[in-house]
Amino acid sequence: MSGGGTPKGFPTPEELASVDLQSVPIKGWMDPRINFEGRRGTWSYPAAAKNLRYLKMHNPREWSPTDEDWKLPPDWKKTILNGMADRLERFRSFKIMMDICVRCGACSDKCHFFIGSGDPKNMPVLRAELLRSIYRRELTTVGKILGGLAGGRELTVDVLKEWYYYFFQCTECRRCSVFCPYGIDTAEVTMIARELLNLVGLNINWVLEPAANCQRTGNHLGIEPHAFVDNIDFFLDEIEENVGYKPEVPINKKGADVLFITPSGDVFADPAIYTLMGYFLLFDFLKKKHGFNWTMSAYASEGGNFGLFTSNEMVKRLNAKMYREAERLGVKWILGGECGHMWRVVNQYMDTMNGPSPSNLVIPESPFTPTIFTNAASTKMVHITEFTADLIKHKKLPLDPSRNDRYRVTFHDSCNPARAMGLFEEPRYILQNACNNFWDMPRSTIRESTFCCGGGAGLGNDENFEMRMRGGLPRGNAVRYMQKKHGVNVLSCICAIDKATLPPVCDYWAPGVEVAGVHELLANALVIKEGEVRENNLRGEPLAVESDQTEGQD
Amino acid sequence: MSVIVAFLLFAFVLGVGLGVGLVPGLHPVFGRYVPWLAFLFFVGGVIWRVLRWASSPVPFRIPTTAGQNRSLDWIKPSRLDNPTTTLGVIGRMLLEVLFFRSLFRNTRAEVHEGPQVAYGSSKWLWAGAMAFHWSFLIILLRHFRLFMEPAPFFATGLASLDGFFQIGIPALYVTNILILAGLSYLLLRRLLDPQLRYISLPADYFPLLLLLGIVLTGVMMRHLDPFRVDLIKVKQLALGLVSFDTAAVVPKGIGATFWVHLVFITTLLFYFPLSKLMHAGGVFLSPTRNLANNNRARRHVNPWNPEVEVHEYDHWEHEFHDKIVACGLPLDNPADEEA
Repeated sequence: MSGGGTPKGFPTPEELASVDLQSVPIKGWMDPRINFEGRRGTWSYPAAAKNLRYLKMHNPREWSPTDEDWKLPPDWKKTILNGMADRLERFRSFKIMMDICVRCGACSDKCHFFIGSGDPKNMPVLRAELLRSIYRRELTTVGKILGGLAGGRELTVDVLKEWYYYFFQCTECRRCSVFCPYGIDTAEVTMIARELLNLVGLNINWVLEPAANCQRTGNHLGIEPHAFVDNIDFFLDEIEENVGYKPEVPINKKGADVLFITPSGDVFADPAIYTLMGYFLLFDFLKKKHGFNWTMSAYASEGGNFGLFTSNEMVKRLNAKMYREAERLGVKWILGGECGHMWRVVNQYMDTMNGPSPSNLVIPESPFTPTIFTNAASTKMVHITEFTADLIKHKKLPLDPSRNDRYRVTFHDSCNPARAMGLFEEPRYILQNACNNFWDMPRSTIRESTFCCGGGAGLGNDENFEMRMRGGLPRGNAVRYMQKKHGVNVLSCICAIDKATLPPVCDYWAPGVEVAGVHELLANALVIKEGEVRENNLRGEPLAVESDQTEGQD
Repeated sequence: MSVIVAFLLFAFVLGVGLGVGLVPGLHPVFGRYVPWLAFLFFVGGVIWRVLRWASSPVPFRIPTTAGQNRSLDWIKPSRLDNPTTTLGVIGRMLLEVLFFRSLFRNTRAEVHEGPQVAYGSSKWLWAGAMAFHWSFLIILLRHFRLFMEPAPFFATGLASLDGFFQIGIPALYVTNILILAGLSYLLLRRLLDPQLRYISLPADYFPLLLLLGIVLTGVMMRHLDPFRVDLIKVKQLALGLVSFDTAAVVPKGIGATFWVHLVFITTLLFYFPLSKLMHAGGVFLSPTRNLANNNRARRHVNPWNPEVEVHEYDHWEHEFHDKIVACGLPLDNPADEEA
């Protein structure tokens, strides 16, 4: 797991941030060669053969990017080119994005990896050109005739190696696509490039191991059903210890009204576990007070979907469990937890891939307010912050925000809920009701312009630590600014990957800032019984505010 | 390198233009048949390219959402930056196509010591692009004075608006200044900004040079004495061109500058469908912009939705049977217990 702290001998923030965005190499970008040995810390280890075998994927073998021979299948070139031609016919997005870029450069400094590294091939325009140059040379008439003059490059093993390096150095955050005048989306380009790389067995373990685990056990971390139940029991004891109250959590319960699915990081990794405890307190409050009939599932025990970082077919395989389980348990609708790319999948892919939704599902209605979630009329899946914000608006949740007074909070918009959904106001509304001290970060770094944590799309592994810190610079720096200006000490977010990758980013760029889920803060503030007195928050820290906490320097 | 290639290519086209201008024997060919061919190639090419794009399906609805989505009644949705209706999508596309909405968002990132990352407003690219594209459109419409007899109202109207300031005789057109400023800026930033120079291909410089060539020859013909041409003859030729009449006479003695101008335009027509200039058509088909963000409310169908292997519940229960029993979760198939 990530979060092991900054390695010894790692450059200081000042050293790492000494990048010159204006300087470019003398040598043009068409030379694909990469020194993997010299660039350790900026790439991820390849997928273990066992994971590829389990998922029945191509070319399982043991290899390393530092090897000269990557053990590609003999017909790799034909496979890649056919794969490209096939995807041009299946994805209009891909065809358009290969053809219409004018290289205006508006995207160039929008990428967190470019800002943090200064490597020009991290400019979104060049990342896509790595693929476009092959497309032009190998698949267009003009490019076949004019070659390099038309910006074409021949497909070689070195090009594949370069693709491996740079397409596993994009977190598919879509920030560049907001600024592109034609909506060219590097996430889309990267997703197709990764599909192509997968055809010849080039992929990273941090993506494929979770995917294989998810296929087998139902969740990324490979938690088997009994361990899933054990973990949850453990958290319930933990809640009792800190809050003096033990919620009940139904699992695999047939006949529940609502199936709740959250990323498995919530069940395993600190600080996401506190978000999970937050959900439990909220749901149990609703159950005791209003009879909320909900369940979790040990089979569909994963909200996230690392298929998204593999191929569209893999997205569909892993996502299928949600509707399958909703049908089996006979629920009315599905409620989804705090997760980033999960919501990309739920909002933009699930219904298309695995819909129409099972017939037992109905248009989601809040059991406690007059609200009908018509925005989820077809998918039948509601985001937890929509659900909770609605409850607060209808005064169904007694909240005591002073319980969060030790926290001075800002909010990190996670890439996918921001740019593949547009979920901006709901989490802020919850935070503003659950906390007395809330400020937004500068406008260029939030909402549709939000910056990635640097570890999305499967890149949140330890061997890629340097690149994560580089990619985390824009986010970390904005947090540091808030820390100085308002004494902010909590970065709240609604994504399980964020909860794993932002703590090291904060430790490095804005030491002293902790990361917390929105529902952790909500549950701290939630008054479960009238007159309830709490001494600790969910983390077991005393609620009492220590004085002179703020740095308060402008 | 890319710059040199583009300049050489441009020099070649210029050479052809001058050659045509100086050799009257070529005028019937370059004043009739080549432009006709270019025009047909342009129209056919653009249609073909758009149809080729359109022939690929849109498997997923993947709009980039740049504003609040429609969710709860009391939260104000961003109808244009995150549309959920067709009307909203049309609005978003109009803003994009007419006013380059996304480009207007542009910022410039700088990493200072501290470290401190700063984001400055950066609207020059937007301004340059707007100046160029809008002027180009107006100039094109103004040219209908040459293509139609009598001149259409919109062309004369635009011309008089455009020359509103009445500076000089003939009046200086505002769009001529704007398009020169716009194109010069777009070219200079490519030449001077190291980042942009790094990413630029010959195909990025060449169309700018060609367009500048077209505009400059046009302005020369209008304002600089040695290059002035006989407008009556130009119109005669233009009317012949748009009539597609092979019997129409190609007038003699128009002036060499005009022929360079025409060869540039002819080249542009040939070049357009083969090049990145097709962004003009492609932007309309861009799936991150032209789709509504209503996926959860209305199902989008993928025509090639693949069959995939799913780890079904029954298999899962079978595989983890003992562990499921041990932790007290219910079983769907208790019969397995004997197995």
